[in-house]
Amino acid sequence: MKSLPLIFLGVFFTLAFSWTGIVLTTHIQMKDLTPATSELVNDKGEPIGGPTYKADGQIFMGENTPGMTAYPQALVGEAQRGKLVYQEMGCLYCHSQQVRREGFGSDFERGWGNRQSVARDYIESERIMLGTMRTGPDLANVGLRYSELWQYQHLYNPQITSPGSTMPPFPFLFEVQPVSETRGPSPDAIELPDDYHPGEGLELIPTQRARDLVAYMMSLQQDYELPEMKFTQ
Amino acid sequence: MSSPSIIQSIAPTGDANLELKVRLGEVDDSMRQPAMLFLISAVLWLLAGTFLAIIAAIKATNPEFLGATEWLTFGRVRTAHLNAMIYGWGNNVIFAVAPWIMGRLSRARIRHTNILLVAGVFWNIAITIGIIGILKGDMIAVEWLEMPAYITPLVAISYALVGVWVIIAFRWRQSEHVYVSQWYLLAAFFWLPWLYIVAQVMLVFEPATGVVQSLTNWWFAHNVLGLWLTPCALAAAYYLIPKVLGRPIHSYYLSVVGFWALALFYNWAGVHHLIGGPVPAWVISAGTVASVMMVIPVIVVAVNHHLTVVGLHKQGWASPTIRFVVFGAINYTVVSLFGSMMALRHVNETTHFTHFTVGHAHHGVYAFFTMIMFGAVYYMMPRLLDREWPNAFLIKAHWWMCAMGIVLMVVALQVGGWLQGMQMNALTEDGTPVYTFLEVVENTKPWLWARSLSGLLLLVGHLAFAVNVFWMVFSPKTQDRVTEPTLLAPTTEQA
Repeated sequence: MKSLPLIFLGVFFTLAFSWTGIVLTTHIQMKDLTPATSELVNDKGEPIGGPTYKADGQIFMGENTPGMTAYPQALVGEAQRGKLVYQEMGCLYCHSQQVRREGFGSDFERGWGNRQSVARDYIESERIMLGTMRTGPDLANVGLRYSELWQYQHLYNPQITSPGSTMPPFPFLFEVQPVSETRGPSPDAIELPDDYHPGEGLELIPTQRARDLVAYMMSLQQDYELPEMKFTQ
Repeated sequence: MSSPSIIQSIAPTGDANLELKVRLGEVDDSMRQPAMLFLISAVLWLLAGTFLAIIAAIKATNPEFLGATEWLTFGRVRTAHLNAMIYGWGNNVIFAVAPWIMGRLSRARIRHTNILLVAGVFWNIAITIGIIGILKGDMIAVEWLEMPAYITPLVAISYALVGVWVIIAFRWRQSEHVYVSQWYLLAAFFWLPWLYIVAQVMLVFEPATGVVQSLTNWWFAHNVLGLWLTPCALAAAYYLIPKVLGRPIHSYYLSVVGFWALALFYNWAGVHHLIGGPVPAWVISAGTVASVMMVIPVIVVAVNHHLTVVGLHKQGWASPTIRFVVFGAINYTVVSLFGSMMALRHVNETTHFTHFTVGHAHHGVYAFFTMIMFGAVYYMMPRLLDREWPNAFLIKAHWWMCAMGIVLMVVALQVGGWLQGMQMNALTEDGTPVYTFLEVVENTKPWLWARSLSGLLLLVGHLAFAVNVFWMVFSPKTQDRVTEPTLLAPTTEQA
């Protein structure tokens, strides 16, 4: 092995092989995924269970049922901005966003989802954060599991809702302000238990970033069925 | 005399009639300035990365620690630590060691090293801006690619300048024989830009749709380890072990097999990070198969390295270089076999999403890669600066602190992570979790405390290393020269 061109070709093709397999082939396999209704219909409008064949023998994957909502849907507004807050805070490093199938791990038993997450769930996202750590719980369905108030309290200081948690607090996403003497307490003020209350005559107000982030948390819901994935699957 | 043509000017060939020792001295001379620039940067990044790591480690058990400072929130500090270590410490030390090894093996001195100096300055400016970018909230939420996109051009240019010089040194080689280290370095310097360009295009500038992003992410991130850090460290080990021990490598044939098996299998392995995830099952299966096949190059390299050392352990123990390199080589074997096991679905079900994986990452990047690079620095610096290491005690302190520190870290994270995974998945007979999530978190805390402690040991080791490096660099030249190599134990001869 003395020849530069030979070594070069070898190292080129080995990496090209895995790039083709892992990146290119899956891209081709998934590029036609579109939002779908839970049931598909054939060209006559009759429900079908899976792919069928047209008269000319072409495989026919089915069409969305008219009148039903197709999922997943893209994030808009506050939730979309909140995702950027999630990204810049590095939430990804402790939280996954994927539910594994029943019987693989304990995702189902912990109530993290009603069904397994599938590739189609992610096609409308600009940034995919499946995650590789569960220092904290999975968040694929966190919007279904807790109220907005819970989210605000938990972000301000996780010890309020989850004593013993190792999640960092995010007090810099909130502002403490004096309660207005003329208008009284702000409708936006977050209710807090006494131990965490900022003090007499003060109230805790979420900043816009906190509102965005909570809107994003509340948008995390895989509460729809897809043609390839029904609940409790 | 007419001015040389471009080719003559680039061609780093020396006088073929000169004695080998003189020619190696020429290579050392030519690499002195750029290698020292990269090396000093590497040491500074190592210290910066260690401090960031300790902040992150303390936060993992005490989240209130510095909790009110936005730019030091866990997600950012941890990420700044990773990038400082990989691109600050790892790449700088490779840029110091790799062109030098390539130059020495090719008997080709590196010309126009001003270009390498420019690359070094650019690279470190880029990484500094990148780390600040992460801390201030500009990070890209893609693992191992977090530094913001505005540094991409600077990173790409400076990388290209170093890479081209490595290839030029090989192209104009004077030696008949091509040694295994040269293949690894050539391949690594070609693989990284490809990985980086694809990752930048498909993840940052034109992000791929859906989970193809995640697949590209792990194809990239795992290959930075497998096709960049690993081959560079193996090249150094293959170069240093025979060099220091004065015994040729055990088998040429095994080194060929090891190289091509790594090239073929490693780059498929990354997708094992997505086992159980919403990606096509066949990709996961391919990744699992490749991960298991990695046993072949690992065993081959292990046999080759360890059979070269066998019987010479006493001499090895006395040499700072061999002490570090052999520690790294042993851990390459262990960490890779662990990696293959972790790709099996049943093992992965327990280890995935836990601190076991974090322990595994440190096992690879630190106990294997970093320890070998320490060994390379101990061998390279005396030859570049023509002076010996000032203090043997500091070398011993460095070795013991780092060896004990990393063993403690890997054991703590992997035992703790395994228990974490078992507790996460444990179900009662009626199918409810035995442990609540917060109970699992609570039970990991003692292990995370041990991890923080191991970080302190590593910090002490790194400080000893840094003091020795700067002492050596800045000691006045007129000092009474030590001419004997600094050894850690009397060799058999002296004893």
